[in-house]
Amino acid sequence: MIVAEHLRKDFGKTAAVDDISFEVKEGETLVLLGTSGCGKTTTLKMINRLTEPSGGRISVNGKDVLEQNPDELRRGIGYVLQNNGLFPHYSVAENMAIVPKLLKWDQQKISQRTKTLLEKLHLPEKYLALYPNELSGGQQQRVGLARALMADPPVLLMDEAFGALDPITRSAIRKEFKQLDEFKRKTIVMVTHDVQEAFEMADRICLMDAGKIKQIGTPAELLFNPADAFVASFLDDQRFQLELKAVSLNDLWERHASFTGIKSVPFVSSESSVWETVSIIQKNNLKQISIHQPKTDSWKQTSLKELMDAFFTLQKSA
Amino acid sequence: MNNQQQSLWQFMRQEHEKLLQQTIEHLGLTFTSLLLAILIGLPLGIWIARKKQFAGSVLGFAGVLQTIPSIALLGFMIPLLGIGPKPAIVALFLYALLPIIRNTFTGISEVNATVKEAARGMGMSSWQILFKVELPLAMPVLLAGIRTATVINVGVATLAAFIAAGGLGEFIFGGISLNNTNMILAGAIPAALLAIILDFLLSRIQNLSFKKIKVFLWLLPVAMLLLSSFYFIPNLGKGKLLAGFTPEFMGRRDGDLGLREIYGLKIKTVVISDAVMYKAAFEKHLDVISGYSTDGRLKAFDLTILEDNKHIFPPYYCAPVVRKDALQKFPELEKTLNLLSGTINDSIMTDLNYKVDYLKQSPEKVAHDFLVKQQLFRPSRNGKNGTVRIGSKIFGEQYILAAMYADLIQGYTNYAVATKTGLGGTKICFDALTNNQIDFYPEYTGTGLLVILQPPQKTTDSISGSKPKVYNFVKKMFEQQYALEWLKPIGFNNAYALMMRSKQARGLHIKTISDLKKYLQKE
Repeated sequence: MIVAEHLRKDFGKTAAVDDISFEVKEGETLVLLGTSGCGKTTTLKMINRLTEPSGGRISVNGKDVLEQNPDELRRGIGYVLQNNGLFPHYSVAENMAIVPKLLKWDQQKISQRTKTLLEKLHLPEKYLALYPNELSGGQQQRVGLARALMADPPVLLMDEAFGALDPITRSAIRKEFKQLDEFKRKTIVMVTHDVQEAFEMADRICLMDAGKIKQIGTPAELLFNPADAFVASFLDDQRFQLELKAVSLNDLWERHASFTGIKSVPFVSSESSVWETVSIIQKNNLKQISIHQPKTDSWKQTSLKELMDAFFTLQKSA
Repeated sequence: MNNQQQSLWQFMRQEHEKLLQQTIEHLGLTFTSLLLAILIGLPLGIWIARKKQFAGSVLGFAGVLQTIPSIALLGFMIPLLGIGPKPAIVALFLYALLPIIRNTFTGISEVNATVKEAARGMGMSSWQILFKVELPLAMPVLLAGIRTATVINVGVATLAAFIAAGGLGEFIFGGISLNNTNMILAGAIPAALLAIILDFLLSRIQNLSFKKIKVFLWLLPVAMLLLSSFYFIPNLGKGKLLAGFTPEFMGRRDGDLGLREIYGLKIKTVVISDAVMYKAAFEKHLDVISGYSTDGRLKAFDLTILEDNKHIFPPYYCAPVVRKDALQKFPELEKTLNLLSGTINDSIMTDLNYKVDYLKQSPEKVAHDFLVKQQLFRPSRNGKNGTVRIGSKIFGEQYILAAMYADLIQGYTNYAVATKTGLGGTKICFDALTNNQIDFYPEYTGTGLLVILQPPQKTTDSISGSKPKVYNFVKKMFEQQYALEWLKPIGFNNAYALMMRSKQARGLHIKTISDLKKYLQKE
């Protein structure tokens, strides 16, 4: 879906992005992770040509972006910014209608789509007439996301999209967003410096440093198979929590016999991470929890102790 | 002081047509120039917001324009654009530029970078970003600039009266010259009100919400165009000849009022400052002007005085006015001062003024040369028999006369001399004399009559046609009221006069004011 080959960007004599290649598959979420100045945002902005590459190629849907009119290219790619970038002089409705209007949709189609999205993002319709400064930070960010999704672009670029929010709102919106089927269908490139966020959202993480890619892989690969000392140390601070997030119940499925096929409620999907499962068990004070694997439509069961034992065994074997 | 007794309200009612005309002219000048400044300044501000490397030089240049004193800027405009609305509008336009360019630049530069990036990221073209994001968001700052420019322009537009562009300055400067407070206020109060009202209205627009502001953004230029257009409607008609009179002349009985009443002269007239009037006549922007009969520029610009055949301009014969106690204290003084009597006629005085005002010779040198030529000069006797204090008003002719008297006193008597030249206007000079700060100064009979004595209109009308009557009247009254003595007149008459370019006057066979009237009445 998105293919970058030998991408580079020079600012003066220094290379902000230095010979980067990666691929994002359709429907996949790739997180560009790294410290400030590592080149992740520059890389992101080269995809919709907000920054012009100094060298290399990028294609979206098989078409070279450099051969397309930049304005038209951008209208087909959703873009969410830190601090939401809502137009302060436009109402919520007007903000959401920007891209559709650029694409010359008729008014009816616009209002229909607006309604659908508001519902999905749990925003009441009365917000439509309000101006951004009349909304809370979390609501603004929701509107910002809705705006980016309006024209239903297949590709979504998110630049620190949750960065300006407080930690609690941030994780709530993140979770909500992840559940959205609109979101699941999209090919997403997302920039963050927040390791937790990266592990929660990513199918694959691209860890960058000084304009170069250190490692691309699934969260589990980065944790358990770091390419070098930098990758390992980058994750070290929060390793335990990250590991809990990186390991899904699926990863433990075959290895351990402690799961027996008794179907009961409550249950979680086997795609959930150990972290999510533990928090559900603790929050609801459960002795046992059932697990459903959608792929095979089979059921297993576990307790907190059994789950953690399985996790530690996996950890040691890695 | 007759006018003072009339209330301001009465004055304004009596002059309401003029007042309305001037207010419309004032608005016209303000908004025409403002509209131009917006048309030029707005794109320029946008351009430098995009190309920041040019911002410094453009803002610097507009800033320098702003520092030029307004009256000087108007002066610079005359050789380029003549007189009338054109140079005034250009000058006001230059003043309005800086606030508009600067605020456009600041407003656009201050638009949140994230919002601009969001706009670009969503696929808006740069024109769409300009019109849908940058300009609307910069609008409050931009309007603040327009507001500043408006208030500046309302103020500076009063000076337009100096170069025949009309406006409320006509009353203000006319009132100052005529010492008529009502007239000053009749111009100053509406001008101040205009500034306050416009400032208030624009501040209301500036504080409107984004939604409502959209409507006003269309209304604003339309309103401006409408207001500016008023100015040009009354100016469409054009006469055969164009007259330029000073604000003072316009308001005087022995000026424009007399010309209308006694001569029945109907000429298209603009109001203009005497500083630029002569040159404007020379450069054919004006055909008839109200000058002073001994002004040096008469010679410099080859102008001819039209004979006042119905004697509406009272004589302004010059003579030394001396304190009585000084005449007693310095017995030689009267005889010495009278040496000058009868030696200088109008054309000689004009020539002397020309040397000082136009050839930039020093008054002392001009005085010395003249006395030598008249064989009146005697070297100084370095007398120590007391000091005679000579005063003079603040213009060339008075400096020359003071220098001549100083030479004569030093050469013919044993008195020393102290000169106190440049004592401002009539009032200051006269007060210095009555308060025993000086012993004498050269004064004009007409000034003594109309400015100092200010007798009832009837008295003035009955004597003002005759040179000896006026002289005798002021001589008698000054002696009675102030214990001051008018000595013998020097000979020249520095009165108001209508003048034309000599060539044009010859060509049209106009020698007197009546000739002028006849010419204007012809088809």
